[in-house]
Amino acid sequence: MFEISPTEWTAILLSLRVAVIATLVATPFGIALAWLLARRDFWGKSLLDAAVHLPLVLPPVVTGYLLLLTFGKRGLVGGWLADHLGIVFAFRWTGAALACGVMSFPLLVRPIRLSIEAVDRRLEQAAETLGAAPWRVFATVTLPLALPGVLAGMVLGFAKAIGEFGATITFVSNIPGETQTISSAIYSLIQTPDGDIAAARLVIISVVLAVGALIAAEVFARRATARLHGQ
Amino acid sequence: MLRVDIQKQLGEFALAASFTSEGRVTGLFGASGSGKTSLINTIAGLVRPDRGTIVIDGETVDDTAAGIHVPTWRRRIGYVFQDARLFPHLDIRQNLDYGRRMNGLAQDPAQHKRVVDLLDIGALLDRRPGKLSGGERQRVALGRALLSKPRLLLLDEPLGALDESRKLEILPYLVRLRDEAGVPMVYVSHDAAELRQLATQIVMLRSGQVTAFGGVKVLTGGT
Repeated sequence: MFEISPTEWTAILLSLRVAVIATLVATPFGIALAWLLARRDFWGKSLLDAAVHLPLVLPPVVTGYLLLLTFGKRGLVGGWLADHLGIVFAFRWTGAALACGVMSFPLLVRPIRLSIEAVDRRLEQAAETLGAAPWRVFATVTLPLALPGVLAGMVLGFAKAIGEFGATITFVSNIPGETQTISSAIYSLIQTPDGDIAAARLVIISVVLAVGALIAAEVFARRATARLHGQ
Repeated sequence: MLRVDIQKQLGEFALAASFTSEGRVTGLFGASGSGKTSLINTIAGLVRPDRGTIVIDGETVDDTAAGIHVPTWRRRIGYVFQDARLFPHLDIRQNLDYGRRMNGLAQDPAQHKRVVDLLDIGALLDRRPGKLSGGERQRVALGRALLSKPRLLLLDEPLGALDESRKLEILPYLVRLRDEAGVPMVYVSHDAAELRQLATQIVMLRSGQVTAFGGVKVLTGGT
């Protein structure tokens, strides 16, 4: 029962790689966007807010298909990237990372936005009176104080990315060793006769990973909160 | 020297203030709602005047006619708020060092020691703001502002959040600051007794207008 086969290992490692890359690449964008939504007023703000949340409410297969149209080899962006920078997303693990990044983005942004909103603006003002330029106020006061939210967002985003299925399989298919993540491997296995036990193993592994991520998020948040309250 | 001549509309409230002060401590005196905090925030650059000029130490930091508005972080001022506003994620040493780092100033251990001794905060350096009493926090906030080497120190009711005994604990430090630190100050208060001890010049405010300006004796005229 607990012998993990090489194919399963490949899927597990691929899922981890895809989720880690997706989270790390998405985080700076998520922080920038969260800051914009929390601290700036501009035309089209609610539109941008809606666009960020879109992957949460659209059927994942729709998001995947839109990614395929945009970032596929003949897609508007995908074609340009392939021709000019040699970056290919279609049917590659990088495409899986892109799909996971997009799908987990709303979950990543939300806690960061909330924690930036919760940072006391009077402290930012104090930093300004002490000679800190706006970007340094952000780097030395806002961001450190919002750190619990950033970590929570990263862990949530990671957990979502590791379990993503619909958009990924639509965009980059289900190729063992390249785009077959834990979720797509489970999907293949339950359609195969005698695949039940292998599927069960992967199910247990995804439960462990998800619960682990949630516990990690909780621990990070507690530590960071204690630090911020000057203890 | 500080020269202020500004107008600012804040909702229903109109602030119009004009004065020039050469004093070491300029006291802004008035009841709550008289516009003291709006005025000091305008001097700090946190509020932008609708019309007028502000000159700090010979530098024009606001001139609406010429389109000049120097942002707060480039005014080289120090600001002590009523609620100390220490950075909770930094220890006291790092809080004190913050202004020096942000202004790109060289380390100055002699000045650091002078300020730490003046305010008696040497024992607090490794602590966190959350572990300090209100009076200790306010002393650290004073030190933090001073160590950024400001041209002008703004204090907005720095004793306002403290009880009587704490006030008496901090006042002597403020007097020492006035006599030894050599930085001109603007001191906001609604407490005439406090200003009599500290201020060298008084700007009296009522509903956004300057009603009197002069030496400490204008305080005896009542509010």
